Amino acid sequence: MSDFQTTNPVIKWIEYRLPVFSFLDHAIGTKYPTPKNLSYWWNFGSLAGLMLVIMIATGIVLAMQYTAHVDYAFDSVERIMRDVNYGWLIRYIHMNGGSFFFIVVYIHIFRGRYYGSYKAPRELLWMLGVVILLAMMATAFMGYVLPWGQMSFWGAKVITSLFSAFPLIGEDIVIWLWGGFSVDNPTLNRFFSLHYLLPFVLVGIVVVHIWALHQFGSNNPLGIETKGPQDSIPFHPYYTVKDLYGMGVFLAVFAAVVFFIPNAMGEADNYIEANSLVTPAHIVPEWYFLPYYAILRSITFDIWFLSAKLIGVILMFGSILVLLILPWLDRSPVRSSKFRPLHKQLFWVFVADCILLGWVGANPAEPPYLYFGQAGTVYYFAHFFIVLPLLSVLERPRPLPSSISEPVLKGGGTAMGATTKPMEKA
Amino acid sequence: MTDTASPSHGGEGETRRDFLYLLAGGMGAVGTVAAVWPLVDSMNPAADVLALSSTEVDLDPIEMGQRITITWRGNPVFVERRPPARIEEARAVPLEDLPDPEADDARVQRPEWLIMVGVCTHLGCIPKGQKQGDPLGEFGGWFCPCHGSHYDTSGRIRKGPAPKNLVVPPYNFLDDTKIRIG
Repeated sequence: MSDFQTTNPVIKWIEYRLPVFSFLDHAIGTKYPTPKNLSYWWNFGSLAGLMLVIMIATGIVLAMQYTAHVDYAFDSVERIMRDVNYGWLIRYIHMNGGSFFFIVVYIHIFRGRYYGSYKAPRELLWMLGVVILLAMMATAFMGYVLPWGQMSFWGAKVITSLFSAFPLIGEDIVIWLWGGFSVDNPTLNRFFSLHYLLPFVLVGIVVVHIWALHQFGSNNPLGIETKGPQDSIPFHPYYTVKDLYGMGVFLAVFAAVVFFIPNAMGEADNYIEANSLVTPAHIVPEWYFLPYYAILRSITFDIWFLSAKLIGVILMFGSILVLLILPWLDRSPVRSSKFRPLHKQLFWVFVADCILLGWVGANPAEPPYLYFGQAGTVYYFAHFFIVLPLLSVLERPRPLPSSISEPVLKGGGTAMGATTKPMEKA
Repeated sequence: MTDTASPSHGGEGETRRDFLYLLAGGMGAVGTVAAVWPLVDSMNPAADVLALSSTEVDLDPIEMGQRITITWRGNPVFVERRPPARIEEARAVPLEDLPDPEADDARVQRPEWLIMVGVCTHLGCIPKGQKQGDPLGEFGGWFCPCHGSHYDTSGRIRKGPAPKNLVVPPYNFLDDTKIRIG
């Protein structure tokens, strides 16, 4: 039988028929060897999982009180806030949970970028993560429409109108998406349906993401593979307890926002009911979409037969899709930026560029913001298509330690007999 | 082992088998598309949505120079009774100055009445210009505040990211003071 040891007769009885306990033990337990040097930046994967569970749990009970109809949606949300027991709490958790989910996932992604977690043999793991990001964005976008405020309506209108940029069939696609000739009741209904469906699709992709993770295990701050038992520790109890500690800290921050500044990340205009005849002076998406919105609006000129609108749409989607080919753009054999002096700095330039684009996205599409947006867009794509491929060739990486345990034991003549050997250039 | 295909018929048998695979696979694909199509088409506008697709407007109370907004298929429609000066202004623009060249005459049935869907052709915002005190843009028509598109007195795009002129809906005059849109 399995290598799972227990004296509990009930567990034994179940394990014999359905080896779920040994499965879990191998997945997140004592039989899952994990690099011993993971830092707190490795907490954000489990935090993202926690957020997904929180969003589904609060979402299911919110759906019991919500009415997906243009005449009742806004009022039903206000009823949740005022009349439903703990409705205010559940909705504020769900509303801010969206933002915190993105905070966690963005940190998770940037951690992967910094430590080269997307490199061979973890390319599919990374690409599944990009698919998760896309599904999350679709879910968040449709969820934001449901309260049927002004920003819900006009955000939905502007984003769905993007598809009209496609030549020939664009208008038909938009009418199909709307189920009518404007964002209206059919649109609200289908968004509710999909907003309820997609999180469960997300759960499925997350399972495959974790499956791919377990094939080679976690990357680590040094970016080198574990070379034997001396480099790893069991996931349980070492990382279960570290993840739980991180969750405690994270939930404290989350709770502080939910209880004290629940509307800080929202738009006041969304507390005005949707009006299809009045456009708000300023249409802004939620903060986590601002950089992409800035890229969309930075294109104000046609190129050949391509309209400015179409190029903007292509670049906006391209800014995320480019992540899918990141493992083949960054060809440097060294994963961790700890040993990549130039990548380490340019990584932070890229982070700053994303923040710049976010700031531009929150401002009107006019000079001087427009010029910052255009510069930011150029750097965004140049980072992927010029900077990273060039670095793969030009950068001289620092010597890698020969094992994970070597720097911990200060290379003190251990059994591994490890001495630093210079990283041979690819 | 008489159940196995004899080698002498192998070549011919494989070709037939390949054909059957392709045929079965092809039929399967066609059947799947046929089964999925009703699901996809159900998301298109339903009969009741299409039934609301025409609306009548009484033009009688509209004064010279006045702009009104009515709703057609969930979208605003701008109706303006244009004074002669604004008609002349629209006609005087050379077509080569226009990003989406269209003569003013081609956009109106009677020059006095300009009727257009009030949805910016960029990303679907409602342009300003219908109310007193609204900004009219640099060309005296309409101005979309979302991304800064300027429309002229014929509703044609002149400046900004919008690619097309404001759309003229299908309409006809029932009599001198009444139109049906749609």
